[in-house]
Amino acid sequence: MAGRGGRGRGRSNMTFSLENLGIGRGEALPPSSLQPSPLFPPMTFQPVPLQTGEEVEYMLALKQELRAATKNLPYYIRQSAARRDVLRYSDKYHRDEARDSIMDWRPDWSRLPNELCIKVRKSQKKAVLPQLKGTKTTTSGKEEVLSKLEFLEKKEEIVNSEDEEDEEKKKTNEEEEQEQEEELDEEEVEEETDYIMSYFDNGEDFGVDSDDNMDEATY
Amino acid sequence: MTAQEVRLCGLLLQEHFGDVVEKVGTHLLRNGAQHLRAIVQETGTPMDLVKKSLCVLIQHGACAFSSGRKGPGSPVEYQASFERILRILRYPRYIYTAKTLYGDTGELIIEELLQRGHMTMSSTVKTVADRLTLNMEEGHSMEYSEVSNTFSKLVETHFLQRCPPVEVAGKAVSATPDPATTPGAPANNTTPSTPESFADCYKVPHVTLIGRGKRRNSSEDGEDQRNAKRAKEDPETHGDEGIYWQVNFERFHLHFRDQAIISAVANKLDQTSSEIVRTMLRMSEVTTPPIATCTQALSANEIFRSLPPNYNISRPILDQYLTLLVDDPMEFVGKSGDSGGGMYVVNLHRALANLARATLESVVQERFGSRSARIFRLLLRKRHLEQKQVEDFAMIPAKEAKDMLYTLLSENLVQLQEIPKTPDHAPSRTFYLYTVNQLPTARMLLQNCFKTVANLIERRLFETKESKRLLEKSQRIEAILASLQASGAEPEQLTEVEEMITPPEKQQLESLRHHINKLDSAENQVDETIFLLESYIKAMKRL
Repeated sequence: MAGRGGRGRGRSNMTFSLENLGIGRGEALPPSSLQPSPLFPPMTFQPVPLQTGEEVEYMLALKQELRAATKNLPYYIRQSAARRDVLRYSDKYHRDEARDSIMDWRPDWSRLPNELCIKVRKSQKKAVLPQLKGTKTTTSGKEEVLSKLEFLEKKEEIVNSEDEEDEEKKKTNEEEEQEQEEELDEEEVEEETDYIMSYFDNGEDFGVDSDDNMDEATY
Repeated sequence: MTAQEVRLCGLLLQEHFGDVVEKVGTHLLRNGAQHLRAIVQETGTPMDLVKKSLCVLIQHGACAFSSGRKGPGSPVEYQASFERILRILRYPRYIYTAKTLYGDTGELIIEELLQRGHMTMSSTVKTVADRLTLNMEEGHSMEYSEVSNTFSKLVETHFLQRCPPVEVAGKAVSATPDPATTPGAPANNTTPSTPESFADCYKVPHVTLIGRGKRRNSSEDGEDQRNAKRAKEDPETHGDEGIYWQVNFERFHLHFRDQAIISAVANKLDQTSSEIVRTMLRMSEVTTPPIATCTQALSANEIFRSLPPNYNISRPILDQYLTLLVDDPMEFVGKSGDSGGGMYVVNLHRALANLARATLESVVQERFGSRSARIFRLLLRKRHLEQKQVEDFAMIPAKEAKDMLYTLLSENLVQLQEIPKTPDHAPSRTFYLYTVNQLPTARMLLQNCFKTVANLIERRLFETKESKRLLEKSQRIEAILASLQASGAEPEQLTEVEEMITPPEKQQLESLRHHINKLDSAENQVDETIFLLESYIKAMKRL
């Protein structure tokens, strides 16, 4: 007892006996560390080199091909890109790219719960709108008006809305804007001033244009 | 669901399905079964993106839906499955196995099904035929019937299975994830189109598919045109609507397990013994259920008859080999009786346990040296040993043995067991024994493997991101080169374009490619270890 007491006083008092764990008397303990262990400690044994061979190469190629292929499947869902502040010409092409791949895949709705099915109707509605916007950017005026008329007809068929007059007015307004934009382009090319001519628009064009459109619409 | 598992699943989902699906998937994995509104609120993603992600996850079998816990009126709950997402790591191995067993056609069928989750037989056959036709010479095309044959063969050997039916009323899934080999599946499911009900999930539907693979931009013969017209007229009615097929991962896993056992026998003994074991496993493929501890007993006479003909082994030599196999300490083969010249079984679970043990030992050897491995093996065999006994049995000097034991203890590969002599647990009167428990150690190493793969993926993403600019430049130049070559440019123009990449950039690209290949290859190999450890743990769980 006395011997053990003396030994205990000499070192720290611990609940277990150091002898049993193998640290003999008089032996120095390893120094205690005062900082966390390094993030990448040096390795005493280097790892075994990777396997090589035909099988391994083939599976490697398969893996890389699979990874590249999944990016193009409709299952790869990208968040819609943040709307940029200015409309750019390339947006027309980028938007259609993304939409095509998502539309490719029609899951079997009978195998999915009802609440996930609502997407189908939404996609139909969305399909109508971009076509309208797309026709805005066509350049020649006559084709524009003709295509506008076609879409007018289609829209009347598909969407049974009560506000047909409002829609027609909206379209005439859009057409006016487009014609004004065309006029803008022509004027800018002609005069090469820094000022956009439509700022000085005195409103004479408004009645003139709408009369023309009314004539054509009655056909 | 451990943190490592969730992290790895997140990385896999992000690579294959994008950020949105990753967010939804990790949220489901962390929080268990949730209904739609909760997911939308807690992840902060817009509703239609969440719906799309759930559709994608369900399509690939990574998520299951069921009616809510609170009763029939509560909303549908979705639950993600960690195991299924982890299988993405193993896709190359599945595809390669299909290639070795069923050739290019089988390989493409499995690849299509893995990429799309589940598909009907007709759409699979058509897509695969088209892909094969693309790679064939001009004027040749792939017959649908050939592809259908390979498909049927895959179903017969159970590598493909039907997707479980979904109850139409209330869209609640019947909880049979795998109506595997039981022929009499519940007959309360109404099938949409086929006249015969779901008697067996390995039944190939009667599909009227006549035609050949189509090549884009190529002229077709008159016969093909007729068939193509017929195909266009009824685009989807081939008689198998609503019957979706998916890859049967368990069957592939059984195949991998058999391969592992055979190669272990070949390494330990010799080629002939491995052929004998291969024959035994092949014979008991259909009769052994997947969870069996050992195969059905086979008599030596049967084995002799079923050996491959080019192996001219006479009967007495076969008996000698079998005796050798039985006496081997690895216990791959056991003798269960004497009738018919001796009844032999392959001990599947014991083989898996031995393979797992070998994996653990090799891990210790490669990380801590062969002497630590000797201590580890000693403890595995002798179960509990005191400090002094370890030094004596391992024949290692006391100081070094102590050091190694403490290193292993700090890494949690070795545990300390206290056995008190007196009720007051006084330290001087307690035995302290070192021990190794194989199953918990295997679990711990499995988690380490998951962490390893996650680290490998992250490192690869980091490397790609670092050299993103360079990679984009090289892709653009390749595209320019390809278009120039297609339009028939002169070699001078080609070299001019090629020189747009400077030599140091070329070197950088080369080393980047080399690193990425190494990381990918390492992922594949860690996955092999994951497979072994997972099979072992699963086998032990069932006991």
